[in-house]
Amino acid sequence: MIFGQKKLEKELAPTGTTDVVLESIKLNKSFYEPDEFHVLKDVSFQVKRSEFVSIVGKSGCGKSTLLYLISTLDTAYTGEIHINNRKVTGLTQNQLARFRNEHIGFVFQFHFLLPEFTALQNVMIPAEKLGKYSKSEIEDRAYEKLKWLGMDEFAGKLSSKLSGGQQQRVAIARALINDPTIIMGDEPTGNLDSTNTNIVFDMLKDLSESKGQTIISVTHDEDFAQKSDRVIEMKDGEIIKQ
Amino acid sequence: MKLPVNYEIAKTHLLAKKRTTFTAMLGVTFGIGMYVLMISFMSGFNEFLEDSLLSATPDISIYNDIKTDYSHSILDEISDTGKVWNMVHHPKPKDITPNVHNSQKIIEDLKRDPRIRAVSPLLSTQVFYNNGPVQINGTLQGVNILDESKLSGLGDKMKTGKIENLLTVDNGILLGHSLATKLNVQMGDLVTLATPNGTSMRFRVVGTFQFGLGSLDLVRSYVSLSNVQQLLGKDNQYVTNINMKLNDNTQATAVAKEFAARYGYKADDWQNANASAMVSITIRNVMTFVVSFTLLVVAGFGIYNIMSMTIQNKLKDIAILKAQGFSGSDVRTIFLAESVTIGMMGAITGLALGFLMSYGVLNLPFPKNDNISITHYPVTFHWYHYMFGVVFGMLTTFIAGLMPSVRASKIDPVAILRG
Repeated sequence: MIFGQKKLEKELAPTGTTDVVLESIKLNKSFYEPDEFHVLKDVSFQVKRSEFVSIVGKSGCGKSTLLYLISTLDTAYTGEIHINNRKVTGLTQNQLARFRNEHIGFVFQFHFLLPEFTALQNVMIPAEKLGKYSKSEIEDRAYEKLKWLGMDEFAGKLSSKLSGGQQQRVAIARALINDPTIIMGDEPTGNLDSTNTNIVFDMLKDLSESKGQTIISVTHDEDFAQKSDRVIEMKDGEIIKQ
Repeated sequence: MKLPVNYEIAKTHLLAKKRTTFTAMLGVTFGIGMYVLMISFMSGFNEFLEDSLLSATPDISIYNDIKTDYSHSILDEISDTGKVWNMVHHPKPKDITPNVHNSQKIIEDLKRDPRIRAVSPLLSTQVFYNNGPVQINGTLQGVNILDESKLSGLGDKMKTGKIENLLTVDNGILLGHSLATKLNVQMGDLVTLATPNGTSMRFRVVGTFQFGLGSLDLVRSYVSLSNVQQLLGKDNQYVTNINMKLNDNTQATAVAKEFAARYGYKADDWQNANASAMVSITIRNVMTFVVSFTLLVVAGFGIYNIMSMTIQNKLKDIAILKAQGFSGSDVRTIFLAESVTIGMMGAITGLALGFLMSYGVLNLPFPKNDNISITHYPVTFHWYHYMFGVVFGMLTTFIAGLMPSVRASKIDPVAILRG
């Protein structure tokens, strides 16, 4: 508690503008169904630009809940979240949607591509939503991302026809299309074999090192966590090590 | 084609599940197709019926309604009714003429009325058409044929001969077509007419007409006014009805009431005279709308079901779209666009189907019937029926699609992404 308090004072002062991309201040969240359960207790932490952070902990420790809070999808909490020096707590759902579109990329455990679309279309959709580039530019960029992930030859294939590892790589390309500040991963390698796990890890690592993008990933995978820059360990709704 | 991304997604969804899209569309297609068929057919039939009724019945007819109220006796006037009861057993009218007395004056007056398009005096009487030993009961109408034609459009309803023949041929008669067939007479033949008073006259057939209503074509005939006056032994002022056509026949009821009060005779309007037929027209209209409405609502439920199922199957997709920055209204737009597209395609194909079916019905031969003069089923093709079908069809699908779409827009992505 004292530790969190100190940290808060330190953060609020002159920092912020430097290289902190994500800051959470005293996040609290409770579930009321089926029984009342205090899942996050005064969680405060910072993530710097181009850091590769893994959040680990046992099932039910609140790490996924934390991820959904800092990714702005879940808004039912108390405390504050700042991303890119902008306070996102209290923004409307529409503003948050726009914010996610521009600043956050997602990679999930079960890849979650839209099955009716080709790999290329899946990658293009968030960019078309953002509307920053023309359609042909978006197509070029999407193709570039796929190529970087070694998926260019599958660009025209329906995403439902791809293998698990291939789908996850397309999902990463999709997360990258708008050049987000932060890429959030919810067990990004949880559903992959060791070969594909290594491929995906190397790609994420490369992103943080060479492109300066921040990776925050919840994982069960010990190896994956150990290889990342920093590990945040959680237990019973509190951060016990960071 | 370049579409905003929401519509692009909707389009891809629709094209990816062609069979589902097609099935949902078929529901609307059949709903609107059947609506168009029903409304075209029913309104065709109603219009046919209304036309026949209108040409057979004048907009307003003024006539002398013989009083049948015998509750007062003239004896009551001269006796103290407090003490005396006057009982008259079986009273009946005597020496009453059923004609409109100052007909000439009334006609002149009516001709000046701007609401009235045409006036025609009529002398109607019961007659027997003698055909050898067989006597057929009917009505004889003495008219100024040119005035009468303005009212009933008789000139267009002639099967043989012309109405002008009545003016040129001495003692000419125009017979109902079914009646002529029954009497086995043709143009130029003679028929003998007998009145209930026992007088009789011979007329030469100069034409046959067909209104298309058995009750008329089998009993009615036209001769000149003076011939009937002669047959009945009456003077040349003697007419039983003054019929008229209005510029706007929907005002008939009000105008008739006014004339009844002004001239002191009974004035009957066409709606009143055909009350039972008008009721059946109304009932048919109501039924048509009830059935059409049901068909379209059922189609709407079809869309509702299919959209609900689609959305249930796409929970993950919706969650991922939301995670990637699509707002609730984007999601709603996507699914609403899908159902409106289905509705639109269904409506257009429905109109085509309805038109083709109506066209098919138009070409169906109507079962041969002496009483009704139509050879094919009557069908109308009114643009506003088609308009209404499209508008209502789109509206139904919009509402049917709106409910599941709004539900989709409110889906919480976290609950789904966490599994």
